[in-house]
Amino acid sequence: MPDTSTAPKNRTVHWLLLLLALLLATPARALDLTDDRGVRITLDAPPQRIVSLLPSLTETVCHLGQCHRLVGVDRYSNWPEAVHRLPQVGGGLDPSIEAIVALRPDLVLAGTSMRAIARLEALGVKVVALEPRTHADVRRVLGKVGVLLGVDDAQRVWREIDAGVSAAAQSLPAQVQGTRVYFEVNRGPYGAGEASFIGETLARLGVRNILPATLGPFPKLNPEFVVRANPDLIMVGARDGAELHNRPGWGAIRALREQRVCSFAPAEAEVLVRPGPRMAEAARLMARCLADKAPRGAQRAAP
Amino acid sequence: MTLAALSAGLLVLGTGIGSAGFEGMLAPLLDPAADPAQAAMARQIVWEIRLPRTLGAWLAGALLGLAGALAQGLFRNPLADPYLLGSAAGASLGVALALAAMGGAAGMLGGSMRSAATVGLSSSDIWVRLGFTGAAFAGAVLAVVLTLALARGVQHTLRLLLAGVIVGVVLGALSSLVLLFSPDSLQAMQAFMLGSTGFVGWSACALMAGAWLLTASAAWLLARALDGLALGEATARSLGLALGPLRAALVAALALATGTAVAQTGLIAFVGLAAPHLVRAAFSLPHRRLVLLASLMGGVLLTAADLLARALIAPQELPVGILTAVLGGGYLLWLMHRRGGHLGTGGLH
Repeated sequence: MPDTSTAPKNRTVHWLLLLLALLLATPARALDLTDDRGVRITLDAPPQRIVSLLPSLTETVCHLGQCHRLVGVDRYSNWPEAVHRLPQVGGGLDPSIEAIVALRPDLVLAGTSMRAIARLEALGVKVVALEPRTHADVRRVLGKVGVLLGVDDAQRVWREIDAGVSAAAQSLPAQVQGTRVYFEVNRGPYGAGEASFIGETLARLGVRNILPATLGPFPKLNPEFVVRANPDLIMVGARDGAELHNRPGWGAIRALREQRVCSFAPAEAEVLVRPGPRMAEAARLMARCLADKAPRGAQRAAP
Repeated sequence: MTLAALSAGLLVLGTGIGSAGFEGMLAPLLDPAADPAQAAMARQIVWEIRLPRTLGAWLAGALLGLAGALAQGLFRNPLADPYLLGSAAGASLGVALALAAMGGAAGMLGGSMRSAATVGLSSSDIWVRLGFTGAAFAGAVLAVVLTLALARGVQHTLRLLLAGVIVGVVLGALSSLVLLFSPDSLQAMQAFMLGSTGFVGWSACALMAGAWLLTASAAWLLARALDGLALGEATARSLGLALGPLRAALVAALALATGTAVAQTGLIAFVGLAAPHLVRAAFSLPHRRLVLLASLMGGVLLTAADLLARALIAPQELPVGILTAVLGGGYLLWLMHRRGGHLGTGGLH
């Protein structure tokens, strides 16, 4: 990694001037875009210095091959590897306004519910707020970020991701269809319902979620509900997987009786719960779990 | 008497409220021949889930009610609650540290820290049990010890109060700091802060019952000291009460009761504060009976709140801490208005 800080200052200035000249030479395309708040944002030129405050947006920018335009990320953005070198500006909910402004971004990507947005806009920073929650949102966000970055193959990238999810679904043996799955996001117990991003991926894989869409995306459940639903397979974070057996009455659940529990390591769990461009990888993780652990049709595993 | 009857009634009701609101499980239980599979399922649900859960809610409430009565008597302050000595903040910090040490993967929402120090996993049951319950209990007890150290013993009520508040604030800030660096622990932490009886089983019930027997007998024996204290420290001394050791014993009972309840069910709000008041509002009693009645009242209050938490939006659950505040607060307000704004403070003036 070349360290530019030791270079003479005026060389940096020359370099910046050259960059500026190049920028001015390219016909400036004014960008006009409505973000998820319904706010219209106008940019004179495609942004070159972007700060992202949401891991899934960071991943989207990088997935479109524009990682080099990021100059800062939030505390939780950790993929791909390239973003580890970038300055961190705090968390999405508690960013350092000063650190962001000091990076002189020409665009900040944020979630819609972040309080920092108003403050940043008051300071003259352009903010585009996007809120990916579902598969459709991932597609839409990818399109919008594509427009922002002046990348015109965003839809092709989406088709690849989508094809990846379909391929994961097709890789599964037919007997796995209709497996009844409970996906626990954490020990509230909060589960991932049909209405959630995770539930959508499960549906694409052809399995049945024990939590109907009417319960909302991430309901806090009465544990008894899970016992009575008696899922064939449970997906859970690694640390909670170990303690499922200790929960009163859970020992009787088929998934636990027959050791059909997939415990995902933290890094895998991140892939699963982030509504971003890694959703095909998430589908592959779930498909691998199903292929390994799901009961095959009428064939019962030995107790 | 009424309270005991009410407790029994709620316990029976508790076996009938499950994930689909009210559903009687008695029919398949009484007639197992009709549908053996159904009967087995019913037996398991009632025995392994609903009964321990309902009993656990009652026991946790009883512990909190008892601790509340002790705290109010000890500090001679009707606003004292069991968490006053820093135990709630200590338990939170313990749980936050346990969650963070587990790489935050106890939750799956959010991103984990790049530099998260993940502790080597051992999937042994003991480790996991100690992971949350043990951490909460240890945190609560250590916080009380810290408070006592800062207050240099139990001699000065005011110093003890102040130390408790300071410890509570500082430890609370520390757990916020821990959570900041382990964001996917946030939701699990929130569940702990609002309290839940969802995972109380027979072993947790046994622990709480043991703690309750221990602390209730201690309170029964120490009640005279509380009666003496109610008349003022000088008077208490002139009655020949050894205030120092008695106070220390009271604080120990208070810490044990609170720590046990918090470790099993999280930070359930308001039960410890409201239960003694509700009893005092109804009768004026010496502490010996006040403490036990407050304990019963706490049990009833928490069990009722827990049943509502299960039933209102089944199969989803409301955090029980929200309901205890609404129920206890509403009842207390109603009592105040009925009595023209005068709450019997049971000689706490």
